[in-house]
Amino acid sequence: MKGTARLPNAAQAVRRGDRRALARLITAVENGDRNAEPALRALYPFTGHAQIIGITGPLGVGKSSVINELIAHLRGLGRTVAVLAVDPSSPFSGGSVLGDRIRLDRAPEDSGVFIRSMASRGHAGGVAIATRASVRLLEAAGFDIVLVETVGSGQVDVEIRDVATTSVVVLVPHLGDEVQTLKAGLFEIADVFCVNKSDLPGAERAEKHLTDLAGTGRPRNGWTARIVATSTSPPCGIDRLWEAIAAHEAFLDAGGRRSEEERRRLAKEIAGRVRDRVGERILEDPALHGLVDRVIARTLDPETAARELYAERFPPR
Amino acid sequence: MVRQVKQPPIRVLIAKPGLDGHDRGAKIVARALRDAGMEVIYAGLRQTPEAIVQAAIEEDVDLVGVSILSGAHMALIPRIVQLLKRERASDIPVFAGGIIPDEDARRLKKLGVRAIFGPGASLEEIVTTARTLAGRST
Repeated sequence: MKGTARLPNAAQAVRRGDRRALARLITAVENGDRNAEPALRALYPFTGHAQIIGITGPLGVGKSSVINELIAHLRGLGRTVAVLAVDPSSPFSGGSVLGDRIRLDRAPEDSGVFIRSMASRGHAGGVAIATRASVRLLEAAGFDIVLVETVGSGQVDVEIRDVATTSVVVLVPHLGDEVQTLKAGLFEIADVFCVNKSDLPGAERAEKHLTDLAGTGRPRNGWTARIVATSTSPPCGIDRLWEAIAAHEAFLDAGGRRSEEERRRLAKEIAGRVRDRVGERILEDPALHGLVDRVIARTLDPETAARELYAERFPPR
Repeated sequence: MVRQVKQPPIRVLIAKPGLDGHDRGAKIVARALRDAGMEVIYAGLRQTPEAIVQAAIEEDVDLVGVSILSGAHMALIPRIVQLLKRERASDIPVFAGGIIPDEDARRLKKLGVRAIFGPGASLEEIVTTARTLAGRST
């Protein structure tokens, strides 16, 4: 087993730029290791400054390749970059193959880049349970920008919105007609659309559909999604992609949106953490099993059972 | 934080160092380790020893497996072992697979490579060895 005994000093090590300490803390967070909690608490005050950019979209659209180009672009601008790349875990074995690294090549001696792969470990929504806490560790380690790559997303994998300050939805030509863009879910969360593989035929049409979508809708919180065409071999449009992301980040700062959004995200996160704990307590509650018996016997329905137990454990004040 | 009900998955880095495009073996092993419940970070082709060691550290893996069929194993594998030592990460075990003559295998083991698999190795054998090297008996 890995050295969790070293964790109490881990916070200091992370602040010093010790990459192995950072990596080990991320593992501890992933494993739900309570020994990591003092370090997480100690590091929390050092978070909140980074730009957290979510890169999402269906599988195979080139999220990793776009990230690879963004790393090069951002290093050129003198910014430090951490990447958290999430891939799915097997529903059968629990194992996974985390393959995003193969598209990310950079100079190994460059300490301004840190790349970590993360398995979703059964969590739906496009990210892992440990993603938020791991992003905070990367922030506390001093990285200016954290790029979070989601699993190849379906229409409902929108949890990145609760993690990232800017969400980029990466698409490719010919994913579907314009009615697809009207559907709820993925298309709604984009602050920036990236039409990748724009050298392929149909790219202009895809761009036009997205432009129509962005132009006809009511801007969400005053921001109209931007559309940028990119390709990665050879790289093209990456500078414009970053400009669009940076414009959204500047928009957040200008109108006080950033703190509003942070409040929304944190309230949701804390409520979620409480809900998980309450759920666990209820599962162990002896009264639950009595109710389950009655529900099995069809003398009680599940909704009424839930109301009864809730009223008993959380009496109205 | 979620309560941990079972042992966390073993994390293993699978990489192919050097100029060697034959990655079928590495992919088959990666898949077998995945099916055994491990989290396999697949670093892919043509990696330098420096990039492999950096990935091992950033990914905080329990072990590193390198696949090599180019004949350059005596140049590349000792370099990986040496770099891990330099990064004070020599606690991460290294195993290798590929076309590695017995005499070279003996020398590599002396340098600290923990297991070496040739063409006849079974996937069961590799999975069992990986578990043992990661410090898990089951």
